[in-house]
Parts: sequence; C-alpha cells; structure tokens
Amino acid sequence: MSLVEVEAVTKRFGNLTAIENVSLTVAPGELRAIIGPNGAGKTTFFNLISGLFAPSAGKVKFDGRDVTALPPESRVRLGMARTFQITEIFPELSVAENLRIAVELAAGYGLAPWLSGPARRYVNDRLDELLATGALTAKRDIRVGALSHGDQRAAEIMMALALKPRVLLLDEPTAGMGDQETYEVARLVRRLHRHAGLTILLIEHDMRVVFNLADRIMVLAEGRVLAEGTPAEIAADENVQRAYLGEVQV
Amino acid sequence: MTRGRFLDVFVIVALASMPYWMTAIGGYTALATQVVVMGLAAMSLNFLLGFTGVLSFGHAAYFGLGGYGTAMAIKYWNFGTLPAMVVGLATATLAAIVIGGLIVRRRGVYFAMVTIAFGQVFYFIAYRWNEVTGGDDGLSGWSRQSLDLGFANIDIVKDEKAFYYFVLVVFAVCAAAMARLIASPLGRSLVAIRENERRARFLGLNIERRIWLSFVISCFFVSIAGALFALLNNFIDPRALRFDQSGNFVIMAVMGGMRSFWGPLFGAAIFVALSDFVSSRTENWMFFIGLVFVLVVRFFPRGLLGVITRGARA
Repeated sequence: MSLVEVEAVTKRFGNLTAIENVSLTVAPGELRAIIGPNGAGKTTFFNLISGLFAPSAGKVKFDGRDVTALPPESRVRLGMARTFQITEIFPELSVAENLRIAVELAAGYGLAPWLSGPARRYVNDRLDELLATGALTAKRDIRVGALSHGDQRAAEIMMALALKPRVLLLDEPTAGMGDQETYEVARLVRRLHRHAGLTILLIEHDMRVVFNLADRIMVLAEGRVLAEGTPAEIAADENVQRAYLGEVQV
Repeated sequence: MTRGRFLDVFVIVALASMPYWMTAIGGYTALATQVVVMGLAAMSLNFLLGFTGVLSFGHAAYFGLGGYGTAMAIKYWNFGTLPAMVVGLATATLAAIVIGGLIVRRRGVYFAMVTIAFGQVFYFIAYRWNEVTGGDDGLSGWSRQSLDLGFANIDIVKDEKAFYYFVLVVFAVCAAAMARLIASPLGRSLVAIRENERRARFLGLNIERRIWLSFVISCFFVSIAGALFALLNNFIDPRALRFDQSGNFVIMAVMGGMRSFWGPLFGAAIFVALSDFVSSRTENWMFFIGLVFVLVVRFFPRGLLGVITRGARA
C-alpha cells in the first residue's frame, strides 16, 4: 500500500542526465526526506513528481494511478500539493487574500461569480483555521511580500494545506533561514505530520531538521540513489558520509 | 466612507450629470457619450490586462466586430437597435471564443503579437470587402433606431441626451457585471494568475482555460462598447478594428491605472477630451496625446488612479 510510487524515472536535459533510474515509494502517513549535495537532482526529482517536467523514462503513480502524462494542475486536483525552494506566493496580496484564493479553489468555487451565505461562511471558517495553524492570524491583512522569510514560507505551506492535499511536497522549506525561523518551520512541519497525519515528502538541506523529522530518508547524489533507510541507518552509512555529510562538515 | 466608495459615488454622480456640465466646459453631448463608450472599452480591456495580467493589442477587432455586426444588422436586416446590438456582440464573442482558444498558449509579448495579427485579419476583411462592409469608406446609410421597449418607445435617434442616457445605462450594467466578477472567486482566480502564474497552476488552476475565459469575457464587453460606438456615429469604418485603435485602448487603461477599476474610464476621458480639443487646433494632435501619455507614465507609473485605489480592490 503506497500513496506515491515513482518507478525508475530518468530525466535528461540534452547530454546531462539530471536524474537516472530513481525509484521511490511513500506510504500514507509517512514523512520522507530527500537529501543530497547541491546539484544532486533533488528539485528535478520533485518537478518530475509534481508534473512540472515530464520524465524521459519511467513512471509516476499517485494512489495507484499513473499520472505521468498529467499536467501539474491535474495532479494538484488529485491531492498533490507542493511548495517551492523560492517561495511562490502572491506577494502583492494580503495573507488572507492569498489563503482565500486557495480555499475557494479547493472548495470548487473557482468559477463562481458569487458565493451563497453558507459557502461564504465555510470559506471564512476555513480561512481562520488555516491562519491559526500557520500562526498568521495577527498578520492576516499584511501584504505577504512584506512578511519575514519564515512567515512567507508559513503562508505558502498554508496555501498548499488549504487544498486538503493527500501528500505535501516541500522543497527546502528552511532554505536561507536563520536558526529561529528554521525551528519554527520545522515545528510546523512536525505538527502537520504528527497531528494531522499528513503524508509529507521533504527536500531538506539542514541535517538537524531532517534527522529529527523524517521517518525515512533517501539520499541522492549525481542523480542517483545513494542510500535509503531510517535516519539512524543513513547516519551510519559510509557512502553517505563520504558523499554528503563529509562535505557539510568541511 | 472608504476612498474606494468615495470614488464610486464620485464617478456615478459625474457620469449621471455629464451632459449638463460637458457643455459648460466647452464640450458637447456626443463628446460625453464618446467618453462613456471609450471608457467601457478601456475597462473591458482592463478586465484582461489589469485583472488577469494579460496584454492584448487586438481588442479593436472585437470592438469593431461589435460595431459592424450592429451596423449591418440595422442596414441590411432592418433590425431594431437592441437586437442589432445582440447580433454585434454575438459575432464578436464567437470570434473571441475561436481565436482565444487558438492563442492562449502564447504568453506575454507573443500573446500580444498574435492578438495584433488576428486583429489585422478583421481589419483587412472590412477594408477589402467593399460590397458588404463599404470598404475604406465605411458603412453608412443607416442610423440607430428608436428604442422599442414594448411599454414605451424612446427616441434616441434625434435626442442626443436620451441617447447618452441609453449608453450610460448599458455602461452601468456592464460595469456592475465586471465589478461583480472581479470581486468574485472567479475574479480572484484571475488575479492569482496575474500575481504568480506558477503558484496559480499549483493551486490546481488550468491557466490556459482561465485566460481564455477572461479573454472572452473581456471581448464580450468591448464588443458592446463597439456596438455603442457605431450607434453613436451612425457609421463605422475599418479604423475601428485597426491595431492603432487597440493601442489607444491600452493607452487609456495604462494612463488611468490598470490596477484600479475606474482607472481606464479616467484614462479614456482624458484621451477623448484631449484628442477632441487638440485635434480641432492642430493636425498633429497625436503628438500631444503621446506627450501626455509619457508624462503620466513618468510621474504616475501606476496610472492616475493607481495611487488612490491601491489596496482598495484586489
């Protein structure tokens, strides 16, 4: 029983093979981390799963269904939500407006010229709920572009969460953050996983975050799978230490 | 009263009384009507430009199709004013559905270029097909008909003020419909595309289909403006569909402020008033329009109303 199943995908850009024969199986409720040195192909791998790129070979299955040929928006509607390494939000709109758009689309109101009373109440309740989960209630009317890095990230994660995803793909959610912000985001991710039981696929550079959060870890290097296992197994793996941990410590 | 509400009231009062103060400042009723017609056209374009973030340089094609459809229905089929308008806007909307479907995969400058290309197709048809469209001389020998509403018959043929208020009612209905759409979940999804296409896509939006929809809505409203334009002049010629007319709509919208709802109306008012005033004094009136445009863009990069309504409407 698996929710996300990637079968031997390969992605070539001209002569460059960014991802070679990588497979991955994620069980429902699992928090899986993907780590690896810069240029290992982590983000490319995410783009293949979420549909931004089509693989040169291999298949992507979601909940048993082959989604390899589906565009990103169709995968989103099946329950696959993602965030990006460089936050993708609506910077000129307020926090509440950002989330409202996501909530309305998730509720299927995307073509509605107006909302009935109950529909409007539902949207507002859901909005308040998400603002609270992301600790953004006090900042609801602030332009997202004016928020701190950490709050922008929280807003992006909440937009993804508004879609009620069955799997959440997070691409380096703590990229470029200080210790305090990293801690806040890691805590948010843990809460979503532990309390909401959300299946999460996480690319991460910060090793402390990964070893504390993940159920299992996959290590990519030069587009290939270097190792896979529990955090303890990965920490003990000599190949991994050479290729990745060593590099970080130097 | 918020600044946005204040502006709404100001616009409504100013438009409702325009024929009365237009003469006082040296204008005439038909000029007031032209302001409203061009305002509607620029606001329609801005539904796509300002609220979806997609630039079209071919909106005159649908403006012109609305006008020609209306004119031909009156001239050749003896239609009443309102049924003729329906013919015009149906023709233009149908064209927008077909052409929009062909071009939505293009983005940015490429989209703008293909809108020009398709627009010019209609211009040359109107220009060449003498027997039907009157060719370069335009389509004359017809005039708007008095409004037969069943319970009343309103003379908008001779009475210019009555025609102004007929145009204003049509304008009001269209403006209210557009305001409603912009403030709706549908409108917000279009603003989402303007703000960040990638995020919009990863919220599950089919971007191409949304832009198509926005394009068709925008062309639908601009064709109504085109129909009113033909009725105003009792005449239409191929220049109404030419790309420089499309460019004028863009200038009006940008000058007035594309992020604000009423901005394009202000832009149109300035454009129409200025071209009327300057063109009666010099042949090089386009030079002065250009000069004003440059000054506005220099000192009001968000347009004349960009400062006032910033944040008031998403």
